[in-house]
This record gives sequence, structure tokens and C-alpha cells, in this order.
Amino acid sequence: MTATVNRLSLNLRAMFGRSYPRVIGMQREPSWLFFETILPLLGIAAYVFIYKGFFLGLDADPAANERLNAMIGFVVIGGTMIAFWLNVLWSMASQLYWEKEMGNLALYMMAPMSRMALLAGMAVGGMFMTGTRAIVTLVAGIYVFGVVLTVTSPLLILAVFFVTLIALYGMGMMLASLYLLWGREAWHLSALMEEPIFLVSGFYFPAKALGQSIALGASIIPATLGLDALRQLLFPSKALSGIWILPPDTELAILLVLAVLFLFLARASLAYLEVLARREGRLTSRHQ
Amino acid sequence: MAYAIETKDLSRLFRRKLPLFKRRKSEGEPVGDTQALDKVDLQVNEGELFGLLGPNGAGKTTLIKILCTLLLPSSGYAAVAGHDVTKDPFPIRRQINMVSGGETSGYGLLTVRENVWMFSQFYGIPSKTAKDKIDELMKVFGLWDKRNEKVRGISTGQRQKMNMIRGFVTDPSILFLDEPTLGLDVNAARVIREYVHDWVKKQKGKTVLLTTHYMAEADLMCDRIAIINKGQVLACDTPENLKKKAGQDSTFRLEVDPLKQTEPFSAIAGVRNFSVNSDIVKNTMKLTFILSDESAVSDIMSSVMAQGAKIHSLQKTEPTLEDVFVAMCGRTLE
Repeated sequence: MTATVNRLSLNLRAMFGRSYPRVIGMQREPSWLFFETILPLLGIAAYVFIYKGFFLGLDADPAANERLNAMIGFVVIGGTMIAFWLNVLWSMASQLYWEKEMGNLALYMMAPMSRMALLAGMAVGGMFMTGTRAIVTLVAGIYVFGVVLTVTSPLLILAVFFVTLIALYGMGMMLASLYLLWGREAWHLSALMEEPIFLVSGFYFPAKALGQSIALGASIIPATLGLDALRQLLFPSKALSGIWILPPDTELAILLVLAVLFLFLARASLAYLEVLARREGRLTSRHQ
Repeated sequence: MAYAIETKDLSRLFRRKLPLFKRRKSEGEPVGDTQALDKVDLQVNEGELFGLLGPNGAGKTTLIKILCTLLLPSSGYAAVAGHDVTKDPFPIRRQINMVSGGETSGYGLLTVRENVWMFSQFYGIPSKTAKDKIDELMKVFGLWDKRNEKVRGISTGQRQKMNMIRGFVTDPSILFLDEPTLGLDVNAARVIREYVHDWVKKQKGKTVLLTTHYMAEADLMCDRIAIINKGQVLACDTPENLKKKAGQDSTFRLEVDPLKQTEPFSAIAGVRNFSVNSDIVKNTMKLTFILSDESAVSDIMSSVMAQGAKIHSLQKTEPTLEDVFVAMCGRTLE
């Protein structure tokens, strides 16, 4: 019993310790406020004005207005969730590789903590850091573009949001190990995955517009179903029926499965990575 | 008696992955493979400050990586604190820590104090305990004034002191120090040497395994020293005993004009081994000879003069660890 408590205490401390640089880093670099909130708003604005252009001259039509409000809302929510996707891709997936280059990985590997505590610390720190950016983007987007949200199931919305984050960061934890195995080419993979995922996950439009089969295929990326469910729950208009991939509760169930799956795969790939690191001796050496 | 560190026939072969067209066999061994450790036998007692002395590529860091559970041996056995490094790494990790010279670990945007605190959390040390210990160590290592500076703003020497604090803050039973004073100024190196020495000697059950290039450092600090070259332990004893063994031979140092050939010295009867170092500033060559027969000196001088070189100085000296190393490896550590 004492051993279990000690182990739990060790891993919680380790998780908190590793999340600290990310949490504190945001305060140490005030420039993030400009780069992480104002610039994304410009990207969101571009799509908002495209949608507004389609609806020009239809101000008197309530159905058109409702649809336009939803479309702008989709973009703002998508733009908000992009922050998390970028954080997963650049600050989770690539992170172990950078840790190796910095000389931290060897110290992490020889510490008595669980390696999952290390990844969990990175994820929690990343969620906190990105959550702040996401809230600022969301609030600014809603205020600037006058989006009206309808919150009918707040608990379900929160559940979808947090399960999506857990699944997304679980995916990032899994990719972190794989990227480390692939070495210095890892960041090319991040660059390669960035824009295609923006497209197939429907960050700026309903993913079903790509076709049901593509949307379902893209659902392996948790952001796809997470966005779809959040949009359904925040814009519950009958005028929009038929544009969703699946009902929100089904999407939540799939997200839960994805979260467990990615966390399991992260644990397995990390265990494999450690065996490989010790056997080949190259993963904790820099510049390889 | 259980040793703090024990290895038996410990070997490590690094297999180098070569492009397919370059792979070929040479006497049964693939080209490009490196035998980093070759049947190393070592026993380090609890409470001992043990030194590993050897040139670059001798296998010192490979040995430390295996003992720190970062690397698996290819064959043989290694145990730290009584636990097998291959089968039972987790109990070892709770009892050890490692600091390397020139280490760049940590995060530049954290302060010195925060960085050390972060690493202490990976060992489960309560935050308050860790912070108190960090403050105490900051004062000892002369880093107190820099405690709230961001790591990216401190000097190399200050960074190395921070790394040392990271190593001590977890209060390990066994500490591995891989070239801890590399690149440090005299004063910073002295502070570190003194602290390490006191840490082992003034407490019970603390062990340090230290690798170093610096003969004087090893001589001054270590209870015992293993001389390692090309993955093999050539000798293991106290510094005094090692020097005594070398004292059975005579050590002569010559400073001469640069020589075109040094190979003829090997053929002179009575020359056990010798090393050559060039002094670029003075444009001279420094030769250290380990002689089993002092009469070989006249043949050596004749050989130098036969090449038309001038002899600037000739000295017979008391044996140092450097001479022990030259006698065994035929080269200096520099």
C-alpha cells in the first residue's frame, strides 16, 4: 500500500514538474499574446468574410441569418481548436525528439518516474498553455464577429471538449515516441501533417462537406469528431440537420474509445522506445 | 560483501548501421562496429570515491551509461546497489544520479532554481524539501546570486554548477560524475572537487564514480583508480600503488626540436613506452620516456641528435599518474 502511494506521489510530482516549464513559459514570453491570439484571429477573419460574402444581400432572411451565424461560429470554434492541434503536433509529438537534442532525455530516462508521467506532464502543461490561447481566441472571435451560441447541454459540451482534448493529447503522446524513433525527420512529418489535417478534420467547415466516407476516415483524428459534436451542441438548428457526421453522443462514445486507445498505444510505444534506447544506445545520444 | 558497483566480463559492442553497399565482413566482424567495452571487471566499494581514467573513446561514458541503466550491455553482468542493470533497473534509478561535463540540460526560460527543482520532482522529492536543499547547495556552490536568473543567461561554469546541484539535490547513494570539471575555471573546479570529496567522506554510504581526463584531479580525489583504454581496464589500484608500480621504472622528460621520426625510440633497448606531445607555441616536442633501464637515455639522445634536433632540456622525474598512463597506453591523456 505504502509503495503504491509512494509511486503515485512520485508520478504526480513528476507530472507537475514537467508541466511547469510550459505553464510558466507562457508568463515569461508575453509576446505569445500577439502571436498566439491576434494572428490566429486574422486566419479566422478570412474565412468569416468568405462566408459573409456568400450571404450578402440576404440580411432580411432569418433562415439565412441563422445559417450564416452558424457558419461563422463553426470557423471560430475550428480556429479555437486549431490551437490544440498545433500544440499536439509541434509541442507534444516533436517534444521527445527536442528533449533528446537538448540533453534532457537521458536524464528523464534514468529518473525513477514513470515515462507516462513525463508525457502526461507535457500534455497537461500543453493543455493549460493552449487552453489560455484558445479561450482568448474564442472570446475575441465571438465578440468581434457577433456569434450567438446556444448552450442547451453544458455538461455534454464540457464532456465532449475534455474527452476530445484527452484523445488529442493521447495521440500526441503516442506520436512523441514514434517521432523519436524517426529521428531528425520528425518535424518534417509535423509540417506534412499540419495542413492536410486542417482540411480533412474540417477546422473551417463541416467535415461532412468532404463526403461521409472521408469524414468518417478523418475521424481517427479526434479533432474531427470533437469539432463536429461541439458544433452540433452549440448550434442546434434544424436548418443545419444533415451536415453532421454522427449524433453527438455517438461521437462522444467514439472519442472515449479513441482516448483510451491512444493512451494505451502511447504507453506501449514508450515502453518499446525505452527498450530500443537501451539496446541500441542511440536514442539518448544527441544528433542521431 | 555487496559492492556499490560491480561488473563482470562486461562488454558492449556498438553495431553501426551502414548503407547496404558498404556492408562487408572483415574477419567475421562487420565493418564499422565498435567494441566500446571489452570484458570489464570492476568492484567499487560503498563509501568509495572511484576514478575512471582514460582518453576520449576509452569507454568511460559507455560504462557510465550502462551503470545508469541508459544502455544495455552486449554481454556480461553489471550491478548497481546490488541490482542487475539489465533485469532490475527501477530500484537502481531511485538510488543514483548522474552529472556530465558540458551538459546543456534544462530549459532556458526557467530560472536556475526552478530548473533544479523541476528535476528534483522526477525523483518525488517534496517541493519544500527540494527548495530548501537547492538553496543550501546554491550557497555552497556560489550560485546563490544567480538563483533567479534564467538559465539561458548564465555562463558555462555557472551552468555546470547548476548541473552539480541537480545531481546532489536528490541525495543519491551513488553518484556518477562524467568529466564534471570539464571546461571550468580553476576556482569553480576546486569548489566542485572539494564538495564531492566531502560529500563522500563526511557521510556514510555515499559512493562516487568519477571519470576524468585530469590526472591531478583523479590523483587528488580518488581512493582508487581504474585506467581504461580501448574498452579494457588496464590497471585498478590506489593512486599511490599505481605510482609505486610505475616507480619501478624511471621516467625521463625531454624537450627537443620537432622530430621527423619518433618510431626509432621503440627499438631502443630499455624503453618500456613513451609519449609525444607537440608544443605549438614554443615549436618544440615534449617526450616522456618510461625506461626499464636508465642507460637507454644515451641511446635516446643519440637518436634525437642524429635527426639534427637540439635538446632543450632533460629531466628525470618522480612518477606521476600521467607516467602510469604512458607506461600502459604509450600516450598521454591530452
